[in-house]
Amino acid sequence: MFYRETGQFKTSYQADMAVFPIRQDRIGLALILLAAFVVIPFFGSDFIISSVMIPFLVFSLAAIGLNILTGYTGLISLGTAAFMGVGAYACYKLTTFFPNINIIVLILVSGLFSAAVGVLFGLPSLRIKGFYLAVATLAAQFFLQWCFVRVPWLFNYNASGAIEVPQRTLFDIPITGALASPETRYFVCLGLVVVLTWFASNLLHGRIGRSWMAVRDMDIAAELMGIRLLNTKLLAFAVSSFYCGVAGAMMIFLWYGGGEAADVFSIRLSFNILFMVIIGGLGSLVGSFFGAAFLASLPTIMKFGLPAIGVPLAGATAEHVTFMLVGALIIFFLIVEPHGLARLWQIGKQKLRTWPFPY
Amino acid sequence: MDTLYAVFIDPFMQMGSAPDLLVQTLWEGLVAGVLYALIALGFVLIFKASGVFNFAQGIMVVFAALTLVGLYEKGVPAWIAVFLTLGVMFLLAVTIERVVLRPLVNQPDIILFMATFGITYFLIGFGESLFGGNPKQMIAGELGLPRGAVEMKMLGGFVSFQKIDIAAAIIASAMIAGLAVFFQYTRIGRALRAVADSHKAALSVGISLNQIWVIVWFAAGIVALVTGIMWGARSDVSFALEIVALKALPVLILGGFTSVPGAIVGGLLIGVGEKLGEFYWGPLIGGGIESWLAYFIALAFLLFRPQGLFGDKIIERI
Repeated sequence: MFYRETGQFKTSYQADMAVFPIRQDRIGLALILLAAFVVIPFFGSDFIISSVMIPFLVFSLAAIGLNILTGYTGLISLGTAAFMGVGAYACYKLTTFFPNINIIVLILVSGLFSAAVGVLFGLPSLRIKGFYLAVATLAAQFFLQWCFVRVPWLFNYNASGAIEVPQRTLFDIPITGALASPETRYFVCLGLVVVLTWFASNLLHGRIGRSWMAVRDMDIAAELMGIRLLNTKLLAFAVSSFYCGVAGAMMIFLWYGGGEAADVFSIRLSFNILFMVIIGGLGSLVGSFFGAAFLASLPTIMKFGLPAIGVPLAGATAEHVTFMLVGALIIFFLIVEPHGLARLWQIGKQKLRTWPFPY
Repeated sequence: MDTLYAVFIDPFMQMGSAPDLLVQTLWEGLVAGVLYALIALGFVLIFKASGVFNFAQGIMVVFAALTLVGLYEKGVPAWIAVFLTLGVMFLLAVTIERVVLRPLVNQPDIILFMATFGITYFLIGFGESLFGGNPKQMIAGELGLPRGAVEMKMLGGFVSFQKIDIAAAIIASAMIAGLAVFFQYTRIGRALRAVADSHKAALSVGISLNQIWVIVWFAAGIVALVTGIMWGARSDVSFALEIVALKALPVLILGGFTSVPGAIVGGLLIGVGEKLGEFYWGPLIGGGIESWLAYFIALAFLLFRPQGLFGDKIIERI
């Protein structure tokens, strides 16, 4: 109906190679960005912004990171939370060493530390594949989590072992610390996520992304075609960990605002992000957002939505029911559409294009 | 130089000077290893027969133990509760086969792996809403399991063996022997081995895959129940076990995903290595290294033999 490319002619190779070749897609993207930058911060309540939107953005970034590794390069990782933790602790150390540098720069730089650690733990991926690699990444998860508790240098020898988020400003507006309003924190998150998503999209549509996908589809064949496995896999680990690290730093500095970080970056978080990637769709950027939106909003909906429509649930029961529901939904989505929400989205678009005909 | 001494010489000096402590540590490692091996055994059974990497094995252990204790608390006599729990595990196997595995036939491995994550989450929520999240006491005494410890004088000191650990080792060996006999000599066992070798060939000679899957998940359920009882007798029955059950993964790496003897040898190696490492080398870097040492042992091992100790050789073709 209204979603149809009829009459849009491509007159250059550039137009043919565009990421969004259809005009309606570009309009849709502009509308989404408009909603994210204008509508939500001005009309959303503080509650919506700080406990729905910011978690959604943080998880999206982490999911993009894991999707680069698992969805595009085919290397399963169960250590995502640990790499996020590296980002958070690196950011904390950087803020103590360089108090004068802008916090946004520090958040991005802390991603580089995470990338370095990721490369280190990615080294075994050259010899190990599939589930064996998944277990190998658990080594990273448990070892790094142990470091977060046992290496007091990481949390500046605090008695509590917690990360204290200092007050930092941008143009004299506080963006981290207790005084930062949800709106400013949201804007910082949104800016980072938009820029990094744009970067990831360009990376994935270019030579590097193609070589990742070649490795995913069959690494021996890719090697025979002249792709260097060592460089490609390690680059995937580095970029993936960079995204996870930035997400982790954002999580502590812009969402939690400090606290006992070692517990946050537990194996359960790794699993949750893996769920987001699988439910959203392996090997799809938009899928990472779908998965994050789904799983980040589910606990909030269960907690506040169900009592609102008259289903009384106490705290503990709600938690148990959430667990059951998440489990059941994972199985349901895998059965209905193993390729995730992104595939459903594509099917929906295809239906619109051919409407009113079935195909 | 001091560091080198502390890492490479001092721990062995300690071992030599107090052999009774060494024996005690070894024994504790072996006991922990038996439990790891039992969980890994459940993984291997299912992986061999259906190619599913069953992440839910750890939670099945907790679920079985909780059901047993829950039934006993409702007033069911202990031994009847055991059989009822076996019934529940059978129902669970049938349900999983019907609801999860059958619609997902022929999907890629990672999808099935994720589906078992779904099962894990569902069982956590289900178990907690049925039995509550509080740790429970295993009914070890009522099941006739021994309590207390035996002290033995050896090597110039005393070494104490918990009776329950000895019982666990014996029961585990008996169960593994039983499974081996079952696999080797019964009709169903042969069918299971056929399915493990090749799904298609097994189908073509008339073996029902669905039936085999139920049987193998039920077998894993039995293993889970035995593991749960043993584990619960040593500490409480609670969902904290879920994290400990992850230790079965390095065991699998060490032993290979498809080998039953591998699971056992791997379990014992990991258990002993972990305890020795924690006791003799742990204090050097602040203790608590048990949480990741097993993974590093497995990882170091994997670099030399990517298919594990007894795993099938990985052959890749284009």
